[in-house]
Amino acid sequence: MNNKIKKILPQIITVLFVLGIFGFFTFNAQINMDNRGIDFGFGFLTQESSFDVQFSLIEYSGSHSYARAYLVGLLNTLLVSFISIIFCTILGVIFGVARLSSNYLIRNSAAWYVEFFRNIPLLLQIFFWYYAALRALPVPEKAGPWFGVTYMTIKGYYIPSFIWTNLDIFLYSILAVIVSIIIISTYAKKIQENEGKQIPVFFIALGLIFVIPALTFFIGGVSLDFGIPVLKQLSKTSYVFEGGIGLPPELIALVLALSLYTSTFVAECVRAGIQGIGKGQKEAAASVGLTPNQILKLVVMPQALRIIIPPTTNQYLNLTKNSSLAAAIAYPDLVLVFAGTALMQTGKAIEIVSITMLTYLSISLAIAAIMNWYNKKIEIKEK
Amino acid sequence: MNSLNFLKSNKQNFYYFLYLGLFLFSISIIDVAINAFLKINITSFLPGILSIFLPLILGFVGLNFIRTEYSGIKSLDIINKNINTNNFNAILTLLIIFAIIKATPPSLSWMIFDANISGDTKEACTGTGACWTYVKVWFRRFMYGMYPNDLHWRINLAFILVIALGFFGFFLKDNLKKYLALYYVIIYPIIAFLVIYYLISGGAFGLVWVETGAWGGLSLTFIVSFFCLIFCFPLGMVLALGRRSNLPMIRYISIGYIEFWRGVPLITVLFMSSVMFPMFLPEDFFMDKLVRVIIAITLFEGAYCAEVIRGGLQALPRGQYDAAKSLGMGYWKMHIFVILPQALKLVIPGICNTFLALVKDTPLIFVVGLAELAGMLALAKTNPKWLGFAMEGYIFAAIIFWIICYAMSKYSYNLEAKYKTER
Repeated sequence: MNNKIKKILPQIITVLFVLGIFGFFTFNAQINMDNRGIDFGFGFLTQESSFDVQFSLIEYSGSHSYARAYLVGLLNTLLVSFISIIFCTILGVIFGVARLSSNYLIRNSAAWYVEFFRNIPLLLQIFFWYYAALRALPVPEKAGPWFGVTYMTIKGYYIPSFIWTNLDIFLYSILAVIVSIIIISTYAKKIQENEGKQIPVFFIALGLIFVIPALTFFIGGVSLDFGIPVLKQLSKTSYVFEGGIGLPPELIALVLALSLYTSTFVAECVRAGIQGIGKGQKEAAASVGLTPNQILKLVVMPQALRIIIPPTTNQYLNLTKNSSLAAAIAYPDLVLVFAGTALMQTGKAIEIVSITMLTYLSISLAIAAIMNWYNKKIEIKEK
Repeated sequence: MNSLNFLKSNKQNFYYFLYLGLFLFSISIIDVAINAFLKINITSFLPGILSIFLPLILGFVGLNFIRTEYSGIKSLDIINKNINTNNFNAILTLLIIFAIIKATPPSLSWMIFDANISGDTKEACTGTGACWTYVKVWFRRFMYGMYPNDLHWRINLAFILVIALGFFGFFLKDNLKKYLALYYVIIYPIIAFLVIYYLISGGAFGLVWVETGAWGGLSLTFIVSFFCLIFCFPLGMVLALGRRSNLPMIRYISIGYIEFWRGVPLITVLFMSSVMFPMFLPEDFFMDKLVRVIIAITLFEGAYCAEVIRGGLQALPRGQYDAAKSLGMGYWKMHIFVILPQALKLVIPGICNTFLALVKDTPLIFVVGLAELAGMLALAKTNPKWLGFAMEGYIFAAIIFWIICYAMSKYSYNLEAKYKTER
C-alpha cells in the first residue's frame, strides 16, 4: 500500500502541476484577449490576405487567403531546405572523405574548412553572404554571362527557364524507367542468388535512363525550349532581365550559408562513419579476392552508411529548422510570411505562432519516425 | 608498359631524376608566385591555354620524377609519403599549393597593406583595402551596445567577478570539496545573477539605473548565453531524470517536453516569447524583453541539455545502480551521491558543446530587437555616416566568434579525449 502511494503521488502532483500551468496560461490569455477585443479562432485562414510575397512557387497575390500565404511560406521553406540539403551532402561527402586522405595538404585543408565554417554563427554567415558578398556583384547591365546563358547580378541569379510541351508524357516515361529498373534489379538479385550469374544492372539502368526519356522527344512529341534571360531597359538607368528564372539573392545567400555550415557537420558524420569500419573488414574483403571497387561497394559502404545515415538525417533536420533564419534577410519563408507579416496584420498571435511551431514539429517528428523505422530495419541482427 | 618506364627513375639515374624533378617542381611554384605577387606572367609568350596550364604540367612531371618507393633521404621520403603518393594526389597537391599562393597577395593587401586604421571618420579611409577605422570607431558599440560610455567599467567588473567566482571552486580545501556540486548548481548561479543584476543594471548602491534596452554587443551575447546555461542545466537534469523514471506519467511528460522543444526552431521560440508569451501572463504583469528571451532560450536549451545528461546517465554501468541499491539507498540518495556525480563528469564535454551551440545561437535574439553583436553590426551598417563597410564589420565579428567557438570546441574535444583514456 505504502509503495503504491509512493508511486502514484509524485505522478499526480506532476500532472496537476502541468495542468495548473496550462490552466493559468489559458485563463490569462482569455482575459487578455477579452480586453483587447480579439477572439480565438482559425477563421482568419480563409480571409483575404491583402499582402504580397516577393517570391513564390505557386500563384499568389494579395487576393488569396491566409491559408494560401501559409502554403507559399511552407513551400519556400521546403525549397531552400531541399536545395541546401543537396549541396551540403555533396560538399560534406567530399570534405569528409578528404579529411581521411593520405595527402597531408588535402587532409589539413579539409580540416580547416570544417573548423572554419562550423565555428561561425550561421546568422553571421547569412548576413555576410547577403549584405557583404552578394552586394559586391555587378548591376544587371554590367553583368557578364556565366556559362553563356546565366547571369549573376546584384538582383539575383538569372537562369534559363524550361518551356515544355507534353511534359506529362516525359514524366510518365521517367516513372516507367524507375519501375522497370526496380523490376530488373530484383530479378537480377534472384538470378544471382539462384544461379550465381551477375547481370550488369548498373549499365542497363544507365542505358534505360538515357534512352527512354530521349525516345519521347522523337516519338512522344515532347519538346523542350529554353527561355534565355535577356537584358531589358526599363528606363534610362534601370535594367532588368526578362525571360528565364530569377533566383532572388536572399535565396542564394541562404543556400550558400546553410549548405556551407551544414556540410561541415555532414563531413564529420561521413568521417566518423568511414573511420568506424575496422581495418580488418577491408583486409578480409581483399583477402577473399574482391577488387577495391567491390570492397567499397559491398563491404565498406553498407557498413559505413549504417553509421553515417542517422546523424546525417539529424543534420538535415537541423538544416530545415535553421532555414527559418531566412526571416532575418527577408526571404519569404514560413516564419517571415506567416509568423511575420500575417501575424502583424491579423494580430492572432497564439494561433499563428502555434501553427508555425506545429508545422516544424510535425516535420521533425515525421522524419524522426522514418529514421527510427530505418534504424530498426538496418540493425545488425545478431544470432 | 616499358615505353612508360623512361619516366621512372632507377638506381643508376636516381639523382638525375631527383634534381630534374625538384627543378621542374620549383620552377612551377616560382612561376605561379611571380604571377601572383608581381603580376608578371613570365610565360606570356606561350599560347593562352598552355600558358595557364604550364605550371601545373611542369609541377606534375616534377613530382612524378621524384616519386619513389623508398630513397633513404629523409626529407624526400616525407614529401613522397605525405603529398605525392600517386598521380591524383600530386595534382591535388599542386592545385592546393597554387590556390594558396594565388589567394595570398589579394587577401593580404586587402586586409593589411591597402587598409586604413587611422582617423575617426569615413574620409580617413582612402585606400582600396579594408577600412578598419570603421571597426575601431565602432568597437565600443560592438562590445557594449548602447550602454553609456563612461559606465563600461561596470560590465567589465561584473564579468571579471563572475569569472573569478567561477574559478573559486578550484581553490576550495579538500574537506569542502563535497559541496562543490552544490556550489556550482545552486549558489554560484544566484551570486552571478545578483552580481550581474546589480552591477550592470544598477539602481542600487549609488549606481545609475541602465535599462536592458541599452545593453548590447558582445557582452550581451555572453550575458544571455551564460544565464541560459546556468539555468538550463538544472532544468535539463530534472528532465533527464524524468525521462528515465519508472513512473509513466512523469516519463511521458518529460519525453513530450523534450521532443517538443527539440522539434521547433529557436527563431519561432523567440517569436513566441515576444508576441505570444505576454498574452499568457496576468494583465498588469510586465516582464522585461531580455528576461523573456532568457526564459525562452532556457526552456529551449533545457531540452538539449536533458538529452546530453541522459547520455551520461545511460553510459554508467548498471553495476553502479545495483551497488547503490544494495546499500539500501533510496532513489534520491542514490542519484545525488552515486549516479549524478559520475554522470555529470562524463557529460562535461557534451555540456560544453551545448554551450557552444548556445553561443552560436544567441545572435538570433536580434529578431526580437535585442542588439547583440550581429544586431549592432546591422545598426552600424545602416548608419548614414558609415555606409558601405558591411564586409569589414562581418569579418571582424566572424573572427571574434570564430576564436571563441574554436577555443571552446578544442577544449571540449580535449576533455573528451582525457575522459576516454581515464575510463
